[in-house]
Amino acid sequence: MDFTFSEDQIAFRDTMHSFFAKELPVETIRKLWENEAADASSIRADLAGKIAEQGLFALSVPEDFGGLGLSDVDWVLMTQELGYYGVTDDVVDTAYIAVGILAGLPDDQPVKAEWLGRIAEGGVRVAVGHPANRLIAHADRADLLLLWHNDEVHAVPAASVQVSVNSSVDLGRRLCRVNWTPSPATRIADAALGKSLWADALNRGALAAAGQMLGLAQRMVDISIAYTAERKQFGKPIGSFQAVKHHLANVAVKSEFSRPVLERAAYALAEGQSQAGEFVSHAKLACGEAAWLASRSGIQVHGAMGYTWEVDLQIFMKRAWALDAAWGDRAVHKNRIADGYLRADALLGAGNTFN
Amino acid sequence: MDLKYTPEQIAFRQEVRTWMQANVPKVPLQDFDTEEGFMQHRAWEKKLNEGGWGMVTWPRELGGRSCNLIEWLIFEEEYWRAGAPLRVNQNGIFLLGPTLMEYGTDEQKKRFLPRMASCEDMWAQAWSEPGAGSDMAAIRTKAVRDGDHYVINGQKTWSTRARWADWGFGLFRTDPESERHHGLSYILVPLDLPGITIRPIRQLNGLAGFAEIFFDDVKVPVENLLGKEGGGWGVAMATAGFERGLMLRSPARYQETARRLVSLYLANREEADRDASIRDAVIKAWMDAEAYTLSTYRTASKLVQGGKIGPESSTNKIFWSELDIHMHETAMRILGPRAELLPEGPDADGVGNWLDGFLFSLAGPIYAGSNEIQRNIIAERMLGMPR
Repeated sequence: MDFTFSEDQIAFRDTMHSFFAKELPVETIRKLWENEAADASSIRADLAGKIAEQGLFALSVPEDFGGLGLSDVDWVLMTQELGYYGVTDDVVDTAYIAVGILAGLPDDQPVKAEWLGRIAEGGVRVAVGHPANRLIAHADRADLLLLWHNDEVHAVPAASVQVSVNSSVDLGRRLCRVNWTPSPATRIADAALGKSLWADALNRGALAAAGQMLGLAQRMVDISIAYTAERKQFGKPIGSFQAVKHHLANVAVKSEFSRPVLERAAYALAEGQSQAGEFVSHAKLACGEAAWLASRSGIQVHGAMGYTWEVDLQIFMKRAWALDAAWGDRAVHKNRIADGYLRADALLGAGNTFN
Repeated sequence: MDLKYTPEQIAFRQEVRTWMQANVPKVPLQDFDTEEGFMQHRAWEKKLNEGGWGMVTWPRELGGRSCNLIEWLIFEEEYWRAGAPLRVNQNGIFLLGPTLMEYGTDEQKKRFLPRMASCEDMWAQAWSEPGAGSDMAAIRTKAVRDGDHYVINGQKTWSTRARWADWGFGLFRTDPESERHHGLSYILVPLDLPGITIRPIRQLNGLAGFAEIFFDDVKVPVENLLGKEGGGWGVAMATAGFERGLMLRSPARYQETARRLVSLYLANREEADRDASIRDAVIKAWMDAEAYTLSTYRTASKLVQGGKIGPESSTNKIFWSELDIHMHETAMRILGPRAELLPEGPDADGVGNWLDGFLFSLAGPIYAGSNEIQRNIIAERMLGMPR
């Protein structure tokens, strides 16, 4: 029984933390949000290249296909960093979720080797059209789309689809409706295999959203702590007042008790445990609550400043709100838990947490 | 990360399970805040200790099994799963015990710990005073050195199970000129000494679960000092750390409550589902009991590897106390108009002991440092917010 990360895992996390602190400051996010900025696409390309150099895209590509072959447990640390720094969906969708689907294909499927290799190098983006999501994130900037059709998986090149883009409250998020025509040529997995690949993809997507929301909660708390230490009223920093402290302490409690839930879900998924789905749903709900509370408390302790475009809190609040219902909304995940545990034959009570 | 038990841990679980199956009383004991119930619980502690299960984390030479924290969690899971009685001496074994282990002299450890594990000595806390509750540094009860003794005068209150206890432990002001957290000493006091008066206080459930202790020129030998004279605050903070931290409330307790809540919900599902929010509340109970368990394993795992418990342990107490209230409130809502019935009534079928548990749960956010104090600690020590 070891509930800790290895030194290597922690070191990689720390490296990515420093990397994003340097390469993705909020000023850069703001530029990307103002999509009309002349240099937005060059900023994106520059950042994409640097992320690729860090090896992030190779993280869970199997070693035989040019990657590092790491697992869901490694991603649980990484997604918190992606959330903390407000990294856009294309990164995790490509490097984690699309890789998961492609890695599950039989080796003789040519799409597998070609695209896993290209992803590992970091130069391409893959959008994933899961039926749990009404719209497909970043489909307009993807090189390849993995699409659902009656449980089959289809790999469709960008040139063969028509895309219309919706903006989200999170302006870094591009939600697309995709028109396309399935054909035998695009099918890379039949319905039987596809069903299990899509099920895994839902779990990875939900787990990634959960990890990002926990990272976002931490970012919102950090921004709020900094603000309340600076801002003075009644001659004192407002962060010294109990009413303000208690708001942020409540977020800390929620976050603290979401983290092990998230980690256990990742472990169960990596190990293929039968309850992994319920554990992922638990993580999604717990981390989502922490992120919502962080945004609600964050805006409150900022006072009127929290309601402005100027204060960075908004960037992270909006991303948290968006992710909460991605990859299955709360109803989906509560129902999974209810189906698994609100039943007479469920393994409940002391001694049944690990199996 | 490897969230599996080792073969040794699985064998240990089996050993505990076998013993509990053979020895846990088949009929639940009376409430330990009644005289008869207290005697029953004391006898159970004796039996438990004779089986070698009194305090499994203690070293073998002090009657324990030198278990690490993961094994302790396994033991607790089997203990609660078997429906074994509440630990009547919990303030001794879970709070003073670890403190003695850290600050006690070898002589004190030998003198107190084995008798604590067997419940030959029953221990009560003596921290709060009428003017020192959340603000514990406002303690005024004096212990004045007079040769080989301290002479204690003053009053302690909210002392859990002091009515039946043999000993009390707490902070006393040994330097009369001192203020706040300076000049306090941690002293162990036999409660049968001349000059001590104990006045029981009835709780919400009508039983005298706690008491006031009055000290009138009570002479306590100086060898009952734990740690250094004047250094009591630091020793007391260690006790508070154990209490809020890991040991006082093992997660198995809440998992069993969550399990019973799911059963109650399933047994009354049709009625309960008339209020759609009840299902949500039951799901939340499962999630949070699970979260508390996972968090405790995570902390235990860190400590077993040589890490230290940090200020984040203050989040524990808030979490389990609010979880306990949530689960009992949900049970009350499921029971609906039956919830108010005392279980012995002729029409109280199926109400179980939820009402009593509900009343007790309400104390959770208050004792062991109120949750508001915990939030201050989290904000200042964990989040680094200004004082």
